[in-house]
Amino acid sequence: MEIALAFLVGLFFAVAIYLLLSRSLIRMLLGIAIIGNGVNLLIFTVGRLTREVPPIVPDGEYAPLEQIANPLPQALILTAIVIGFSLFAFLLVLTYRAYQELDADNTDTMRVAEPEDSPRPPLSY
Amino acid sequence: MNTVIFRTIAPFLAALMILFSVFVLLRGHNEPGGGFIGGLIAASAIAIYGIAAGVNEVRKALVFHPIAVAGLGVFLATLAGFMSLFVDAPFLKGLWLFLELSDGTELALSTPLLFDIGVYFVVVGAISAIALELEEDEETR
Amino acid sequence: MAVSSTPKNLELPPAMIEGATAAADWLIVWPVALPMIGAAILVMARKRPEWQAPFAFTILLATLVANFMLYMRVQGEGPLTMTMGNWLPPYGISLAADSLSALFSLVSAFIMLVVILFVQSEIEVRENKFGYHPLLLLLLAGVSGGFLTGDLFNLYVWFEVMLIASFGLLIIGGRKIQLDGAVKYGFLNFLATTFFLIAIGFTYGLVGTLNMADIALKVPQVESGAIYAVAALFFLAFAMKAAAFPLNSWLPASYHAPDPAVSAVFAGLLTKVGVYALVRTHLLLIPQSHAYLQLLIEIIAGFTLVLAPLGAMAQTNARRALGFLVIGGIGAMMAGLAIGTPTGIFGLATYAVNSMLVMTALYLVVGLVERMGGTSDIRKLGGLYRANSWLSIMFITLVFAVAGLPPLLGFWPKMVLVQAGIEMSNYWMVSLILLNSILTSIAGTRLWAHIFWRDGREGVNSEQINTRIRPLPPRAKVWGLWPAGMLVAFIFVAGLVPQPLFKAGATAAFAVYDPGEYVGAVFGREAVAQE
Repeated sequence: MEIALAFLVGLFFAVAIYLLLSRSLIRMLLGIAIIGNGVNLLIFTVGRLTREVPPIVPDGEYAPLEQIANPLPQALILTAIVIGFSLFAFLLVLTYRAYQELDADNTDTMRVAEPEDSPRPPLSY
Repeated sequence: MNTVIFRTIAPFLAALMILFSVFVLLRGHNEPGGGFIGGLIAASAIAIYGIAAGVNEVRKALVFHPIAVAGLGVFLATLAGFMSLFVDAPFLKGLWLFLELSDGTELALSTPLLFDIGVYFVVVGAISAIALELEEDEETR
Repeated sequence: MAVSSTPKNLELPPAMIEGATAAADWLIVWPVALPMIGAAILVMARKRPEWQAPFAFTILLATLVANFMLYMRVQGEGPLTMTMGNWLPPYGISLAADSLSALFSLVSAFIMLVVILFVQSEIEVRENKFGYHPLLLLLLAGVSGGFLTGDLFNLYVWFEVMLIASFGLLIIGGRKIQLDGAVKYGFLNFLATTFFLIAIGFTYGLVGTLNMADIALKVPQVESGAIYAVAALFFLAFAMKAAAFPLNSWLPASYHAPDPAVSAVFAGLLTKVGVYALVRTHLLLIPQSHAYLQLLIEIIAGFTLVLAPLGAMAQTNARRALGFLVIGGIGAMMAGLAIGTPTGIFGLATYAVNSMLVMTALYLVVGLVERMGGTSDIRKLGGLYRANSWLSIMFITLVFAVAGLPPLLGFWPKMVLVQAGIEMSNYWMVSLILLNSILTSIAGTRLWAHIFWRDGREGVNSEQINTRIRPLPPRAKVWGLWPAGMLVAFIFVAGLVPQPLFKAGATAAFAVYDPGEYVGAVFGREAVAQE
């Protein structure tokens, strides 16, 4: 099972990197979303897959009664999902604003901060 | 999207969702639920109401700016961590207070609950701020 | 596997701390919690713009005092740690401060205090007054949290706190150039933290823990060669964060976009957290990877040292040129890491402190230049020496400090780095560090000559005085020139009296090279002695 998931993680990364290499901001955004999911799946996989019950301690007990799934990767993934989600939302709004203001979805034409035809630096004092 | 049915239903739907979000929030800690999920539900309610009634209406109904609500959330969550300063325990230790109500039921108040309420407000504030910003844009076009 | 039947005959291992925690140990929480809670309160008080500045200043002053007390305590009694929520490490998230992290956190708080004063000189020219103060406080919380945490995943969270706050600061005002810079900054930095997260996932898979002290204990038992791949991933992620040579393109694309005060904070703090994380992961967590990656780090350090000042020379925008000088400083720190001896880390720590102070001050001074000249294009500037000679003196002092000319602050770390290189017979590194000094002083003095020394702008007869220069408004004089001047004076005096810097750097390097102290502080010294 781990092997299959490892291949899936690899597939996610491949797709994400392909999208991130694109010039279009929307595709890069999709790449960011996919690589985030790939990382989450990776953490889930390296935490060892076990077909166990959810890590919930029953009422009135101090320890789980049977073997439970490893809760730590789940906690890490939950945190990573929350952070990834908020940053993705921010980047989405930013891309939208950039599209409105700069009228560009193509990173090659976004040259306000780094002008393409910037003059040569002064050669003499 | 802006049909009569939707506009009529939306206020009730939003109210129901916010009620449900509070239920999910309080159910947390020992059962599935908690501040984050509750906050997401409430933020969706606000977003739905925003689509139906317009963003200005929502901003009026919220009274406070969404980001200020998120600030309150961070404040409450940090405050929950500082409670343990008074019992010689490290930052963020969970403290519990069990109150016996007059009818015999037990009310459990705790710093994790306070922390969760803080998370709830952070999520409601931040997500609805983003959602309202995007909706506002759509209206002005 | 045996399944325990009832909890009654179940032997639970101890998971909670038994004894009481002294209120004095809370010292490690304050530098992170104070700015955090201050930011929350300021966000709530968004309708009260007149409260923002005094409140932020008070909070920052308290944070600086807390940082100073933490630093003195760590210097006196060794590393201080606290594990959250009464859990025993490694179950709970630990905060841990040794000399290195406490030093960096202290300098960050000091820089933020200066910048929050400087911001007051800029706010009048911006319509959107809200946002600066809470976001700056949140940024400081993220930076201090990153320095003081003892948990790898927690470090990731603080990186993201920093990222969110810096996003906000970048786009306040919403000018086109800011949006453009923010897109590049946002995508590439988010990608870097994602690489960091991948490395964290593999670390957890290999070592089974994310507490830094626990990793340091358990990594020697890991036999898989995959640990080197993890080290390389950490290096990729943090080199991107620190803007080392092939991964530096986001920095000059974005640092000149926001307001000067924001640029100054970014230049002073953000890249240094990346350097700090590099030191931690490579010398505390996975020390065996150092020999493996040394050649790579050397090559990257060498290219960064030489190409960054050359990049600075090719710019017409003064603030973009400074961005390249920030990268040059990163090259010097990488050189210290590549040499990797205690002397090398000594040089790295002192250079980081120097770079934090000097680069912040340079951006502040150029911010004032922009206020006077109305542009940061060096071809259109000139003649500022006549208009404001104090500003000119401050700028040239800082240029010499960043290039490392004696007796200024930048000289001492460079001297230590050169000494470390000679000790290891690494003459290539030594010559590149010296070449960097020469190139940096050429780039810096060139900026100074164009902005201040010549009479007018480019192509204009030298008798003609630059008429486009306006004097600084009174508010900018009080809140802009004075804080920047005090910072420059501090740098100058610290350069003349380098003993405190040397002492701080030496103890920090010693702390990094003696992880036993650090690990012992996290787990309790007796527990480690037993193992």
